Amino acid sequence: MSDPVPVTTLPPAVVVDRLTRNFGTFTAVDQVSFNVSPGEIFGFLGANGAGKTTTIRMLCGLLLPTSGNATVHGNDIYTQPNRIKACIGYMSQRFSLYEDLTVRENIQFYGGIYGLRRETIMQKTTELLQELDLVDKADQLTGALPLGWKQRLALSTSLLHDPPLLFLDEPTSGVDPQSRRRFWLLIHRLAAEGKTIFVTTHYMDEAEYCHRISIMAQGRLVELDTPSALRDKYDCDTMQEVFLRTVSGSPSL
Amino acid sequence: MNRVLISILRKEFMHIWRDPQTLLIILVWPVVMLLLFSYAITMEMRGIPTALCDLSETPASRHLVECITSSGFFELVAEDVTPSAYEELFQRQAARCLIVIPADYSGDFINYQLTPVQLLIDAADPNAAKFIQNYLGSILWRVSSNQSNGTLLTFSLSPRFLYNPDLESTYFFVPGLIAVILLLISALLTSIAIVREKEMGTLEQVLVSPARGYQIIIGKVVPYIILGFIDGVIVLAVGVYWFDVPLRGELWQVLLAMLLYISTGLSFGLLISTVARSQQTAMMLALMATILPTIMLSGFIFPVESMPLLFQWVSKIVPATHFLDIIRGIMLKGVGLGLLWQQTLYLVLLTLFLLIVSIYKFKTVTE
Amino acid sequence: MLHHNNQQTGHRELPPTPAVGSAGSGAATSQPALLAEGVSRSWGDLPVLIDISLQVASGEIYGLVGPDGAGKTTLIRILVSLLLADSGRVLLHGHDTRLERQYVRRHVGYMPQRFSLYPDLTVEQNLRFFGDLYAVSREEQLERCNRLYRFSHLAEFRQRRAGHLSGGMKQKLALSCVLMHAPEVILLDEPTVGVDPVSRRELWDILHELRQEGTAILVSTPYMEEAEQCDRVGLINAGKFLAEDTPEQLVANLQVRILRLRTTDPWATWQRLLEAGLGLQVQLFGEGIHLTLAADENQVEVEARLRQAGISFQQLYPVKPGMEDLFLARLQQVEAVSSEVITDV
Repeated sequence: MSDPVPVTTLPPAVVVDRLTRNFGTFTAVDQVSFNVSPGEIFGFLGANGAGKTTTIRMLCGLLLPTSGNATVHGNDIYTQPNRIKACIGYMSQRFSLYEDLTVRENIQFYGGIYGLRRETIMQKTTELLQELDLVDKADQLTGALPLGWKQRLALSTSLLHDPPLLFLDEPTSGVDPQSRRRFWLLIHRLAAEGKTIFVTTHYMDEAEYCHRISIMAQGRLVELDTPSALRDKYDCDTMQEVFLRTVSGSPSL
Repeated sequence: MNRVLISILRKEFMHIWRDPQTLLIILVWPVVMLLLFSYAITMEMRGIPTALCDLSETPASRHLVECITSSGFFELVAEDVTPSAYEELFQRQAARCLIVIPADYSGDFINYQLTPVQLLIDAADPNAAKFIQNYLGSILWRVSSNQSNGTLLTFSLSPRFLYNPDLESTYFFVPGLIAVILLLISALLTSIAIVREKEMGTLEQVLVSPARGYQIIIGKVVPYIILGFIDGVIVLAVGVYWFDVPLRGELWQVLLAMLLYISTGLSFGLLISTVARSQQTAMMLALMATILPTIMLSGFIFPVESMPLLFQWVSKIVPATHFLDIIRGIMLKGVGLGLLWQQTLYLVLLTLFLLIVSIYKFKTVTE
Repeated sequence: MLHHNNQQTGHRELPPTPAVGSAGSGAATSQPALLAEGVSRSWGDLPVLIDISLQVASGEIYGLVGPDGAGKTTLIRILVSLLLADSGRVLLHGHDTRLERQYVRRHVGYMPQRFSLYPDLTVEQNLRFFGDLYAVSREEQLERCNRLYRFSHLAEFRQRRAGHLSGGMKQKLALSCVLMHAPEVILLDEPTVGVDPVSRRELWDILHELRQEGTAILVSTPYMEEAEQCDRVGLINAGKFLAEDTPEQLVANLQVRILRLRTTDPWATWQRLLEAGLGLQVQLFGEGIHLTLAADENQVEVEARLRQAGISFQQLYPVKPGMEDLFLARLQQVEAVSSEVITDV
């Protein structure tokens, strides 16, 4: 199979070079290196506690590395965290929406903290509500929405400032198959528009939707390739099997 | 204008509106406190259950008893108590004191016959015991001076109570309560509001945006400054209009002092929120670091001068001590902030110090 | 011993025969361990559950699947008597849960969506605490702890604080806590959400082991490959059962044939399939695309239509539909019906 990674001459969206983070004596991320191309959907897999979230937090400028380097859209994670924050969207596995605010208020708040103009926020709010089919729920408290809606709303709010790069940390956790497909439809549309997507997931069928997959185990990057290449390498039919092969060799932490 | 700041502010106000229970408590609670302090905890005793042992049984002694009971402070619950039987009365808590009039009591003060009237007091509650001693002392002093027409005493003490001639305890409590409530709102609520977002995980979403640390902090605290200020004004208004606490100084100076003091509380709250990981911790820290010292060490209830030396020093650090000086000064004595510049300066410096420390600690990047 | 392969085949034999004797009270053999009859519940004016009936036998794993907001959590909370139904009744080994709540509490294990362990207690202290809560004797606690460690592979972490466990281990510990009082019926609300595939498999190994021992298990899950491991599955939507049967029978009842299309770029192909409007149900499945054929269509004809539309692919072959196909197909049917209703109006 041919490589589905978008071919591009642009500089990489993310460059990670021997990135390491210790917590006391525990090494959460151990000498991890990889590049992500613009417009790529980059899947980040691993067992719970393998170091995925720590890596993402470092790349988002929330956590300083112990050693190693990384740049996000050319911005250094040590010295330019604020420039990084302006060019990324971030959606975490935990709910990032305020449940006691309405759908509309959440959108307006996140538009506001990215410094968007009032008219822009108004316009984007209307657009988003229509796109998400939430017009009649706009003034409902976000806490009352079904999970799948919340997840898509959270994704949309992280896109308000039109960032070229998106970090999604287990965005579909606990979401039913139909909602997950809708969610991935959004992701692929974004990638087609040229956005870079960095995503973690525990659904192995979703891993197949990524251009390239990296697998982390105990803080180290153990695999990095296209889904088909990984399946060929391990001679497996599904990513589920690939994952179990690569990860179960080591005791889960 | 700063759009980021405005949207954080607006969101914080929404949180407050969406939680009407808490809002109601915040607005009603100060008034309830004020009523409690003013009506329930008055610093005087009436109808003290009293036992009497009149060994003299003369018109003079009966006159004395008459004077004691008619004062309203003492209520006779037992008469002709033998000195040996009083203990049982105290143990049953039927009486709090026993007055023994000696057999040789003549009421003859003119011939300067010293006749000791004995007073036995149940001092299990030392404060109450002191009250009883003072009440009886002043009654006896009045009786004797009436009879002697003042000729006997070479001098007499005639106190004049300034600034609070009727010794109204509300004069005293209202400023104190303002101090407690302002601190509670500003320190407790801000620290909880920030730590709650930490717990929910929403803070992370805000931190990952380009919003700066100072914008997040100001956006989170300003609503509570306003809320605290409203509370302060409520207590002030109830104090002045309902309890007739005088406001002799300038109103704007009182309000300014309140704002300054709220800022001090807020910087405390911020510091707490940078340390605390859970709402409970934040609450306990806020209570221990702000509320307790305010009530115990600021002179709100217990005069600073009566404390051991060590605590007197500690009370000099407690911001409420200085705020109480300021607000009592302005309200009761009518002095201006100019005279109280030392206390004011202290609050300003403390606030700046705490703010700098907490902004330094409130990093948007974790080390 | 745990057999990793049993999730593929081992338990797939047809309808569950209620397990014999092993599960506690003697009366249990003749009646289902858990029985719900005509359960309805509304939140205000909004009906959440409408006339739900189900039964779970001892030694059976019953899977509850459905879209978000379908009422799964509400149903489970009613089954464990944490929430009262507006009408209908729930029997646990023949005991009405509404009348005999103490009985229910003693014999049921319930793991809510967000099971809270005490993060400051160690693994062992957490287990002991839940043992104490159910007045399990000290000796028995020790025995059960050891057994649960065997299940969960948590033995080497017994002194670690629960707050320092990874997500997968936390869920295994949570399940272990629920099992400390050896309940005969356990209800698990999405126990594997946010758990990696390895830990998820370990968790399911535990469930299969419990099933072997005669425990009645009801579990809700958003993972369709987990639903396939259940003896019976109920598909719930908008408070009503859409279907309920063994996974095999459910899929067979669907009466559709699925063609799997393999291509180098499934997303682009999928987009083109949607745009081409071939009148086929197309769903993305990993690196392939599933085409659902109606009864009167066949592969040759579909292949011709694809070529005509200029859609290239590497392979097109029939596959056995799975639970995920079923889920998507049934919900699509429902949506089609409801949108028809709307257009009618």
